[in-house]
Amino acid sequence: MIPACALEDLPPGESVRIQADVPIAVFNADGELYAIDDTCSHQDASLADGWLEGCFVECPLHAALFDLRTGMPSCLPAKKPVRTHTVLVYDDHIYVDTRARELVDAPAGGHDDAVPSESVA
Amino acid sequence: MRTVTVVGASLAGLQSVTQLRAQGYDGRIVVLGAEAHRPYDRPPLSKGFLEGSASTADLALSDPADEAGLDAQWLLGIQAARLDAATGTITLSDGTEIATDGVVIATGGSPRTLPGSEELDGVYTLRTIEDAVNLRAELTGGASSVVVVGAGWIGAEVASTCRSLGLRVTVVEAADAPLAGALGKEMAAVCTALHDDHGVTLRCGVGVERFSRRRHGDRDRVTGVVLADGTTLPADVVVVGVGMRPTTGWLAGSGIDVDDGVVCDSGCVTRVPSVVAVGDVARYRSAAGHLVRHEHWTNASEQPATAIRNLLAGSTIEDYRPSGYVWSEQYGVRLQFTGHTGHAEEVEVIDGSPDDRKFVAVYRRGGNPVGVLAMNNAKLFARTRRQLTSALVS
Ligand SMILES: Cc1cc2nc3c(=O)[nH]c(=O)nc-3n(C[C@H](O)[C@H](O)[C@H](O)COP(=O)(O)OP(=O)(O)OC[C@H]3O[C@@H](n4cnc5c(N)ncnc54)[C@H](O)[C@@H]3O)c2cc1C
Ligand code: FES
Repeated sequence: MIPACALEDLPPGESVRIQADVPIAVFNADGELYAIDDTCSHQDASLADGWLEGCFVECPLHAALFDLRTGMPSCLPAKKPVRTHTVLVYDDHIYVDTRARELVDAPAGGHDDAVPSESVA
Repeated sequence: MRTVTVVGASLAGLQSVTQLRAQGYDGRIVVLGAEAHRPYDRPPLSKGFLEGSASTADLALSDPADEAGLDAQWLLGIQAARLDAATGTITLSDGTEIATDGVVIATGGSPRTLPGSEELDGVYTLRTIEDAVNLRAELTGGASSVVVVGAGWIGAEVASTCRSLGLRVTVVEAADAPLAGALGKEMAAVCTALHDDHGVTLRCGVGVERFSRRRHGDRDRVTGVVLADGTTLPADVVVVGVGMRPTTGWLAGSGIDVDDGVVCDSGCVTRVPSVVAVGDVARYRSAAGHLVRHEHWTNASEQPATAIRNLLAGSTIEDYRPSGYVWSEQYGVRLQFTGHTGHAEEVEVIDGSPDDRKFVAVYRRGGNPVGVLAMNNAKLFARTRRQLTSALVS
């Protein structure tokens, strides 16, 4: 469980980047909190710097859209999803649970190249 | 409409196929691609791919699963040689004929070259994977000096990549102020100063007279560039980045108007309602009433939605309004701009400072915001661009 920030420091429409094993972006989309891997699956851009529209974030670099609920890109140039993480609020503080979803999402979130060997296993 | 043929299997072609299906077209789709490759992304060819940090797999714009979902017939490594728009017949380079009800022209363009570079080894242009692979092999195969002709986007990016590969680089540009047409003089100067920041020599206002060469076996190999003022710049490799020419030769006699691109109306429809054009090759009528053509990724990605809507409707029911978003990456700097950054009356830096190579600037005309440019500030660029969207009428 990684502490992100105080609830009041993340008003609707805002995002914050926190450092876990990889950087994670936490968003307040009209009151709903979401956390995804911060680095775009296309190239090296920080999604916390992106534009929030409903429950989608637009990558600040090449404008790929990611669904914050699933991590799936809905348009080019991104093709791979980013991992999603569980967000918890405790005592008016936001925490991100990176572990749980990582396990669930690992196969889908892996590299394209890794798929054949995984399906064999 | 029972068959739609998309000519050109790159970004605009792929997005056209995607849009056809997304907009409910369930007939046959044939895609013709002159290159042997599945659709791939060109921007990395002058950046990460040339540098070696991105692989061929990274360039793919679609994967087998996407393609299966699109249910199209991909004919790759073959060209459309002729179109007869009146009868809806496309003749392929091997003589095969395809009868089609609709045609999407997405043939992009090919690089302009300089006279004297034919049959001369060591001189490159950059548009395809093969171009990039061959150029990279030279750059990493013992070359020590490079001359880049043209200080536009691709020239600047190639210069930057060559520099990060450790080569000595000189950029030659015929215009006095490169990029001024795109960004205005003041901001163009900030961008071209990046060359100097990184130890690349930029020579503006002087054209290339000819290439110097030496005999190497039974071929000639470039040894340098001779400028109009008589200077010779020695070079192991020369990269020519002097713009592109839309690929329209195959449309001769088709009945489609061609003039620096495929001439279309405000909805990307040609004079024949069943033929539309998208991407770098499309020259359409802008809201201001001018024929315009864009050579940028976002345009090639966005235009198909409108073109396909009009193709399926059988007439122009929607005008194309570009977001006008363009990016470039060079010397570790991220450049982003949108709107009318070329001919504004004033430019105001609203955040940061050009000297720090981190800023956001707003362009105005008649006091109204018409464009935004940012260096290394993607977050504020996104915000400013959205705030100004309504004001940025194109
Ligand atoms: C090196 C490089 C770097 C770039 N960097 C950027 C950047 O940083 N930012 C940005 O916004 N834009 C950038 N661009 C521009 C961007 O890549 C183009 O705008 C985009 O590729 C246009 O897509 P398109 O599908 O219209 O045309 P193209 O990508 O040119 O594709 C046209 C396809 O049609 C095929 N074709 C042509 N004639 C025929 C025929 N008769 N029959 C069948 N097939 C045919 C061609 O072989 C080609 O595969 C860059 C371009 C290059 C070359
Ligand atoms: S880096 Fe995010 S879309 Fe390219």
